[in-house]
Amino acid sequence: MSESGITLAALRKDLRLEWRSKDAINSMLFFSLLVVVIFSFAFNPTAEESRIIAGGLIWTAFLFAAVVALNQTWARELRNQVLDAYRVSPAPANALFLSKAIGNFVFVTVLEALMTPLFIVFYNLRALGPAYLLLVVSVLGTWALVVNGTFFAAISLRTRSREIMLPLLLFPISVPALMAMVEATRIILMGDGSPKFWIVLLGVYDVVFTTVCLTLFETVLNAE
Amino acid sequence: MKPGFVIFALIVFALLSYALYAALVLAPTELTMGDVQRIFYYHLPSAWTGMLLFIVNFVASIWYLIKRNAKADILALTTAEVGLVFWTVVLITGPLWARPVWGIWWTWDARLTSSLVLWLIYASYLILRRFSAGTQMPVLAATLAVFGFADVPFVYLAIWFFRTQHPQPVIGGGGSLDPYMWHVVLWNWLAFGLFAVLVCWVRWRLETTKRQVEALHATAALEGGYR
Repeated sequence: MSESGITLAALRKDLRLEWRSKDAINSMLFFSLLVVVIFSFAFNPTAEESRIIAGGLIWTAFLFAAVVALNQTWARELRNQVLDAYRVSPAPANALFLSKAIGNFVFVTVLEALMTPLFIVFYNLRALGPAYLLLVVSVLGTWALVVNGTFFAAISLRTRSREIMLPLLLFPISVPALMAMVEATRIILMGDGSPKFWIVLLGVYDVVFTTVCLTLFETVLNAE
Repeated sequence: MKPGFVIFALIVFALLSYALYAALVLAPTELTMGDVQRIFYYHLPSAWTGMLLFIVNFVASIWYLIKRNAKADILALTTAEVGLVFWTVVLITGPLWARPVWGIWWTWDARLTSSLVLWLIYASYLILRRFSAGTQMPVLAATLAVFGFADVPFVYLAIWFFRTQHPQPVIGGGGSLDPYMWHVVLWNWLAFGLFAVLVCWVRWRLETTKRQVEALHATAALEGGYR
């Protein structure tokens, strides 16, 4: 079986598991719904203000919600020693990593697709800049969050109180990516200037950290 | 205690005393800021020292990932801990200086924010070391150190671009510095740099001894010495 074949097989298994249980997506959805509601009375924004702060609100909500899915990524493989089975199998570690990262990317993208309309309604949003660029920002931004998140979930799996550990590792490293997403979104919503710098920064961030993840994942998987 | 260590400690002590004297007495008083500016002689050397220690931490982590050498891991741990302490000094002396000069303790300016994020990254590194155990911990920590270091240019670039887009309070100092002030800063840097080496040395020996004790306990347990 080729590496991409293994990636696809593992991905298909994860998607099917999620389709049947809907654990991750339900908890993420409910979680981000709560964040939307809590933010709305924490800030009580007018339409003009909300355009300024919406980028920050949306991405913080998605980041927090993504942690819920990311935490489940590897924990599921601990039952019945599935992860150990992966390790002794000849399948390349990176195929496993990619399947998990792509799986998380799908989950978070579905979440974003479902939550964005709600944000638009609740916060009265209308983009003054080119709205199609938001799609680019969300693809690059989501990948930036999940690729590092999947990796750090594998690290935190091996620590005490692993669920707390993941955000502690992920958030500091994600600061530049989060800033790029928030700023690009704000610029597009307000229609002032060009978000090009932030989109390029996100792209470079994605390339660099995907490379680092793929280089180091095997080491982490086999750390004993 | 090794004689080399004692001699080194005495040298560091002498240097620190001279640097303190130079910073508080010899250095000329700054024209607009007055004596408050003398914090500079602690602020900047601490920052440079912390930065250097983080670089050593990165190199040691790579070294550990390639060679799996226990010494590299101890070096990474030591430099991260001491580096974080120096970085904390930077983050404390900064606001102390900013308050009388800028009128505010903190501003979300490029330099300040990136320093804070750097502090967070290395704090999370030490938390990871605390929360994981066994032989896998050094591997996990070393990979995180690589991520942290790769993140620094992004942090700086993002925050620099972000903040230069907006008006902000101007950072004092900058351009021209009295040559004698440079002289005092460099002496202070030398003193604090060597002080950091001294602390790292102590921490290194502490960690080495701790691991030896743990190894002895493990051997004793295996051989039934605790029955």
